[in-house]
Parts: sequence; structure tokens; C-alpha cells
Amino acid sequence: MKDIFQLNRNLKCEVKIELSQAILKRTVPKQEDCSHVSKKQENRPHVSVSTHVAKEEINTMAYVKSEAFGKVSPKDVKSKTTINTKAIGNTKFKWNKVKEWLAEKMFFFCAFISVFSLALITAYIFIKGTPIIFKIGLSDFIFNKDWNPDPVRGNPSFGIFSMIAASMLATFGSVIAGSFLGILTAVFLAEIAPLFAVKIFKPAIELLAGIPSVVYGFFGLVMIVPLIRKYLGPPGNSLLAVIIILTFMILPTIVNISEAAIKAVPAEYKEGSLAVGATHIQTIFKVVLPAAKSGILASVILGMGRAIGETMAVILVAGNSTLMPESLLSPVRTLTANIALEMGYAFGDHESALFATGVVLFIFIMTLNIIFNMLVNKAGGHHD
Amino acid sequence: MINNMTNKNIIINMNKNLNENINENMNRVAGNASVRLIDKFIRAVIWFFSFIALGFLIWIIVFVFIKGIPHISLSFLTSPNNGKNEGIWPMIINTLFIVVTSLAISIPVGIGAAIYLVEYSKPGKVINTIRFAVETLAGIPSILYGLFGLIFFVTIMKLSFSILAGALTLSIMVLPTVIRTTEEALKSIPSSYREGSFALGATKLFTIRKVVLPCAVPGILTAVILSTGRIVGETAAVFLTAGMGRNIARNIMESGRTLSVHLYILAKEGISFDKSYATATVLIILIAIINMASSRLAARMKK
Repeated sequence: MKDIFQLNRNLKCEVKIELSQAILKRTVPKQEDCSHVSKKQENRPHVSVSTHVAKEEINTMAYVKSEAFGKVSPKDVKSKTTINTKAIGNTKFKWNKVKEWLAEKMFFFCAFISVFSLALITAYIFIKGTPIIFKIGLSDFIFNKDWNPDPVRGNPSFGIFSMIAASMLATFGSVIAGSFLGILTAVFLAEIAPLFAVKIFKPAIELLAGIPSVVYGFFGLVMIVPLIRKYLGPPGNSLLAVIIILTFMILPTIVNISEAAIKAVPAEYKEGSLAVGATHIQTIFKVVLPAAKSGILASVILGMGRAIGETMAVILVAGNSTLMPESLLSPVRTLTANIALEMGYAFGDHESALFATGVVLFIFIMTLNIIFNMLVNKAGGHHD
Repeated sequence: MINNMTNKNIIINMNKNLNENINENMNRVAGNASVRLIDKFIRAVIWFFSFIALGFLIWIIVFVFIKGIPHISLSFLTSPNNGKNEGIWPMIINTLFIVVTSLAISIPVGIGAAIYLVEYSKPGKVINTIRFAVETLAGIPSILYGLFGLIFFVTIMKLSFSILAGALTLSIMVLPTVIRTTEEALKSIPSSYREGSFALGATKLFTIRKVVLPCAVPGILTAVILSTGRIVGETAAVFLTAGMGRNIARNIMESGRTLSVHLYILAKEGISFDKSYATATVLIILIAIINMASSRLAARMKK
């Protein structure tokens, strides 16, 4: 037995060396070398067991070497043994597997960048913003109406209640007006309007969905604000102007998505309703709109997100006073406007307070997002 | 026999009842004069409010156009912006610069992410996390991106106010758009294409490279166009990261304002309303071109 093992080892070593030399030199081993191996095998007793093991060893060698070299051309090992051709096939397979694995990891990395970015954004805004909230106290920060960040003018105080109120009022006002107008317009475009009207209005709505918000703001500044000043009294830059601008800014979003939702309602629903004698209008309000409910709600929430997050258009028409809004005509400052207006020159506690404003805004938006996702999932479930 | 007769009678009776019911319903629902009146009224209300909404929206475009077109001239478009000239050439170039840089970052990453989501991912926690992140990123308002860009890219990574800082911020902002649009395109490719490729012995990567991606090219182009639209229209995030330099940025480390930021500054500072109208018109025309390109592509994709 000892002999056999010894022999085995010797044989393996020889084959290994030969093979690795062959691969390293990338030359075709001569035919004699092969025969030399097999002759050795024939000359010795009990060799059949060991050759089997040796062959397997050759296979593994081929794997290892080929991985180290990248690719092994068939020439290199082909003449060595018959089993090696199989090994080469496997080699290519293996290399491809490595490539596939790398590619999958790379794609995964790309997908993970979004998670990473979200984490980074959340972390930085919270890290910069929360210390000041704890420093002045949560309730003092949120429920204090006094925003006076400048240490030159007496004690600085950071209260954002007036801005939260302004943001809320502007958002809800515009969302109520926008969803009323938007849903009616969507119904009009999807169900009632004659074809030529759809052909004119649809591209216009799509264009308006893409127009930069600052253009809306500019339009408000040169058109809406003077009108309010003239007919409703000064100063013109007011909560009302903000609501009007935001209403028309979110209108295209609401119309586009609601219209798609209305059109997605299966025709059978409508036909069924019409067949039992309901009028077209009854069908729209009792069958189509309830069926498209989640899509329409999603569009409203999306519009709400746009309204609460809008900055530049709002700055142009809001007047930006930090006082508590008293009526529709009083100038206001929203959370977003507060950040954009003062970020340029803020430092120290003031800068942190602006980030804290961002934190509050972020929490609002996250709440809206979660509601939106729930609605979209629900809507998706319905259609499936 | 008798049984059969009664059955028939019952059926006839039932039919009669049903007919009466339907008639009654018809009368109650449609035949009623007041119902007709309400119908007409609601119809009028819908027409009225739709026309207010649509009319207002069209008024914005027409108004800005009428005021802006007379002030657009070749010299306005091509002269620099310094004390003497008030052209928008630098802003046009900066806008182009920032669009190209952000797309160069966001498109490859977005395509990779979409491929992972469509071709590789299996249902589970990882995919849910990624989807949640993409949805959330899509909902974050631009001012928060601006804040993040200001603190992270401008301050911590010391890029200062520069095209690069702006482009990095914007590329995160448009990433959800790119991912979603590409994903839709990839999903619309019939699975038989992939199966055919696999059946011929191609590997997954090879299939993606040679079969899936070429089919998704129109979708990817749509993603490019949509993101361009968002980047061109963005103000808050750019203004906080790319700064307000009024000259052409000579490299990506220099500050430069885009057209939207320029319009904001013109309007906010009340520098010149004529120039503001003209800039707004240029912006609307740009967006209109971008929209037309994307709807053309969408139509081609449907074919």
C-alpha cells in the first residue's frame, strides 16, 4: 500500500509539473511526452487507481492555471489528455461565470446608489438640522412664531410656526382648488370633450407640466400680483397669489395622471352602467370616478408634494414676510422659501436652523410619500 | 305537465316583473326631466371649469410669448452677460454644460440600476429597499437636494459652487426618472427575445448587451429627454450648488448660472422685465422642443 501511495504522489507531481510547464510556456507539448506518461503508467503495477486520481488532478490544475491566465487556448492542453478538452470547456464556462458575477454585482451597485444617496441625504440634513432643534427645544422651534435669526438685532430666535402655517395654508388651498379644477378637466378631456378640443388641449397640458416652475412664478409676479393689488388691495404679494400660482402649477400634473386613471377604467364598467339606463354623467360620477379613485388620489398627493416643495415660484410672489399670515392678502413666507432666501448668507446657529427647517419639510414630504406609495400599491393591486 | 305549466307562468311573471322594474328604473334614472336638467347642469359646470383651467394655462404661454418674442434677437441670444451686454449666451452654454455633465453621471447609473431591477432582482427585502429609495428620491423637493448638495458636495467635498457640484446634485435628482423610464422600456421587451437568446446558449450578460439593451434604446432616449427637461427647468437645487456666476464656465469646477436661475435672478432683483420675458420665452421654447422629441419617441416606441 505504501508503495502505491508513493507512486501516486510521484505520478501526480510529474504530471503537474509537465502540465504547468506546458501552460506556462504556452507551447504544445510533444506527443512523446504524453506517451512517456502513459508508458510509465503501463510499466508499473497498480497504476490504474493512481491514474484515475491523477487525471482528476490534471483537471483541477487546468482550472487553476486557466483562471490565472484568463483564457487558455485549446492548443495548450488539448493534446495532453482527452479529459482536458472537457476541462477547457469548463474553463470558459467558469470565466464567463466570473464575468456574469461581476456584472451582476456592478448592476446591483448601480441600483444601490439610490439607496445610498437617500441615506446620505437624510443623514446630512438630519445631522445638520437636529442639534439646533434640541438646543432651542422642539416645541419652541415649531410653535414659536418669532423668526429673527440675526444676532445683530437683539436676541436671535428661531421659531418657524408662521412658515409652517404659510406652507400648510398654501398647500391645502392650492390642492383643494387644483384637485377640483384638475379632476373636472380630466373628466372633460377623457369623457366629454370633442376630439378637436382634446387634440389642442392635451399637448398644451403636457407642455405646461414641463415648464420650469420659475416661469409660473414670473407670470405670477407680472400678472397675478398686480391684479390682486389693483382689485383686492395692497400689497399684492400674498398668500392668495401663492395659492393661485401653485394651483395652476400642479394642475397639469393632476390632469395628466387623473386622465390616465380615468381612461384605465375598463370599458365594461361604463357599458354596464349605461346598459342599465344610467346617463353618461351619472356613469361618470357613480361608476368611472369611484373606479379610478386610487389613481386620482395619487395624482392629488403628487400635486401636494409638488406644492409643498415648490420654492422659486413661491418666493417671487409670496412677499416673504416672516409674520403670521392673517388673511389671504397678507404676505407670507413658506418653509422652502425660508431656506432658499437665507441659505446664501447664513452661518452658525442660523445655518443649522435653516437645516432644521429642511428637517421639518423632509418629515412632511416623507409622510406624503408613504401615503402615496400605499395608494399606488393599492391601485396596482386593483388592476392586477 | 301541470308542474311545467306553473313553471312557465312563473317565468312569464318574472319576466313581466323584470320588465316593469327596468322601465321603472329607466323612468327614475333617465326619463325624469329633473335628472336630465341636473345632467345638463353638471355638463355645463364641467365645460366651464375645464375652460377656466385650460384657458388660464394657455394664457400663461401666450402672454409670455407675446411679451417675450419682440425682445428676442440674435444679439440677445449670442452676446455675453456683463455690464454692457445683457445677452443670455453664457447661460445657454452653462445650461448645456450642466445637462451634459449630469446626464453623463446619471444615465449609466440609472440604466445599470434598471437592469438590476428588471433582469436580476428577486422579490425580497433588498429589492423593496431599492424601490422604496427610488420612490422616495422622486418625491424629495428640489430645495432639499439643494441643501444636501450645498452641505455635501460644495462644503464637505470642497467642490465649491461649481458646475460639477450642481451636476452631481442634479444627477441624484433625476436618477429616479432615469431608472423608472428605463425600467418601463426593459419591461416592455417580450421575454421571448431573452428566451431565444438563452436557448442559443448566450449567457445572461451577453443577452443583456446584445438583445435587451438594443431593444431598450428608445426608452433610454426618453429617459435622457425627460431628465434634460427636469434639469433645464430646475432652479432651487442649481442655485444652491452651481452658484450664480454670470460668465461661461471654463471648466466644470467653475460656477455658472443656468437659464432658469438667470430668469429667477432677473425677476427677483427686478433687473429688467423685458429680458425676463425673453428668457422665459426661450425656456418655454426649449421645453416645447424637448416635449416634442419625447412624444415622438413615445409614439415610435408604441409601434
